[in-house]
Amino acid sequence: MKANLISLLSIAKKEIIRIFRIWVQTLVPPVITMTLYFIIFGSFIGSQLLDIGGYDYMAFIAPGLIMMSIITNSYTNTVSSFFSAKFQRNVEELLVSPTPNWVIVLGYVVGGMSRGLSVGLLVALVSLAFVRLPLYSLTYAVLFAVLTSFVFALAGMVNGIFAKKFDDISIIPTFVITPLTYLGGVFYSLALLPDFWQIVSKANPIIYMIGGFRYGFLGITDISVWLGVVMLLMFSVLLFIVNLFLLDKGYGIRT
Amino acid sequence: MNALSIENLYKTYGSGFEALKGISLDVREGEFFGLLGPNGAGKTTTIGIITSLVTKTAGKVKVFGIDIDDDFPAAKRLIGVVPQEYNFSIFEKVQDIVTQQAGYYGMPYQQAMAHAEKYLRKLGLWEKRSVSARELSGGMKRRLMIARGLVHEPKLLILDEPTAGVDVELRRGMWTFLEELNRDGRTIILTTHYLEEAEHLCNTIGIINHGMLVENTSKRELLRKLDMETFIFETSAPVVSLSPLENVSFNLIDETTVEATKSKARSLNEIFIHFEANNVFIESMRNKSNRLEELFLGMVEK
Ligand SMILES: Nc1ncnc2c1ncn2[C@@H]1O[C@H](COP(=O)(O)OP(=O)(O)O)[C@@H](O)[C@H]1O
Ligand SMILES: [Mg+2]
Repeated sequence: MKANLISLLSIAKKEIIRIFRIWVQTLVPPVITMTLYFIIFGSFIGSQLLDIGGYDYMAFIAPGLIMMSIITNSYTNTVSSFFSAKFQRNVEELLVSPTPNWVIVLGYVVGGMSRGLSVGLLVALVSLAFVRLPLYSLTYAVLFAVLTSFVFALAGMVNGIFAKKFDDISIIPTFVITPLTYLGGVFYSLALLPDFWQIVSKANPIIYMIGGFRYGFLGITDISVWLGVVMLLMFSVLLFIVNLFLLDKGYGIRT
Repeated sequence: MNALSIENLYKTYGSGFEALKGISLDVREGEFFGLLGPNGAGKTTTIGIITSLVTKTAGKVKVFGIDIDDDFPAAKRLIGVVPQEYNFSIFEKVQDIVTQQAGYYGMPYQQAMAHAEKYLRKLGLWEKRSVSARELSGGMKRRLMIARGLVHEPKLLILDEPTAGVDVELRRGMWTFLEELNRDGRTIILTTHYLEEAEHLCNTIGIINHGMLVENTSKRELLRKLDMETFIFETSAPVVSLSPLENVSFNLIDETTVEATKSKARSLNEIFIHFEANNVFIESMRNKSNRLEELFLGMVEK
């Protein structure tokens, strides 16, 4: 057990060293993009808009933008790091060691979460330059940030296991995650949508993640926060099992 | 105790290609074992199975008595592997690559650092410890993988063609290093397609070709076999008797056919004189090809 812990920390440490080694690719771009969002949507456009739920538009989108960064970066880190480990074959360092597969999954996931949450924190700091964000419940904010980061890091890992070429690491983020995030209530409240689109939106799991996280700051929500927690826990378990199954099968790593 | 014991190992790749066709071999603890074979023989596949990178189709593998099907992690703890192709991240620092690997084996950081220093120093890489791996020369990269393979002090070290593409001088240095490791009691398995290398280092040699073990014997026996040549003589009359001759073994195939296997030291003239003395007269003669020698010629030509 102690050996597994050391191995887990070794993987996580390697991942964290990687994040900081290539900080220009990992930490800087999301901060720049999000700053632009704050300036354009928050300041220029937001100042023309009505308040949502008693909060001005900037305060409404800030948690959404933080969560968007957490989602994207948690996912991107595991998918690109694991794919690169397969590509450079250094994944073999782990495979020849006695490290069990669940430790490998957790190690990469801790890496993904380190990047997702660091970027989230940086974006939160940037947001302070634009808005005095209230904090309704730290517990909910942290709970949703951590669980969402965990889920997307796991999802990125699945993608990393399947990826066979460089293109494969950007297909899901481009065609699935980004659209679902944009439609996941970063920029608007569900209440603003026509009934039909409200119902459709509720099939988008990201709505609950952003909604729950925003609830932690503003104390207002248009979704069920508990449903969000349950959903995140279910995704966590499911994706963890999928990862373990794939690694146990040796999918994409053993011939 | 066998450090490694392989029984009837088969591997058919997903493509349908049968890379191993029932290999069995034992490596005793403390041995320096050479696995020789031309390119494509199945050496890397065999090592892949022992280290879990390749899944076997059938057969048994035991490492110091531990069946990999029963407890692969326990077997892995005893093995260090130096692969044929570079398989580290070229962006990571030399020292990080080695200490991380120790971590994967559950070694606490302080100890990992001490071991990394010991082997990086021995392999002449300590000065380069803070450099990223891509800045190393080919020979240094190879040595980095040796340090990484040793950091958890495995009882069995497996090296897959460690000197391929390494220049002669460095090769000698590596040989000395490996001999020292073996003298300290570590079992070493090395694959190569240089007979000279196996001859210099190994006490036991297995030869593999087309996924089959062609020969598994001590080095001395192997060299003796390679040194032997066999000729087939057709005689003009049935052979009645033939006295023995030192360093030559005669074998009567039928009444008028004699097979003579001689060491290269013995001349054919002497054999003819011996035949004449025995009243055996030769009508024709041909050379019987030596399977092993052919195999080696094949390897060297590559
Ligand atoms: N992943 C693979 N899929 C299909 N065939 C393979 C694979 N890896 C190796 N082979 C084939 O198996 C044979 C043995 O290869 P290998 O074990 O690498 O030989 P060696 O190390 O002795 O040169 C070769 O013919 C090779 O082409
Ligand atoms: Mg090979």
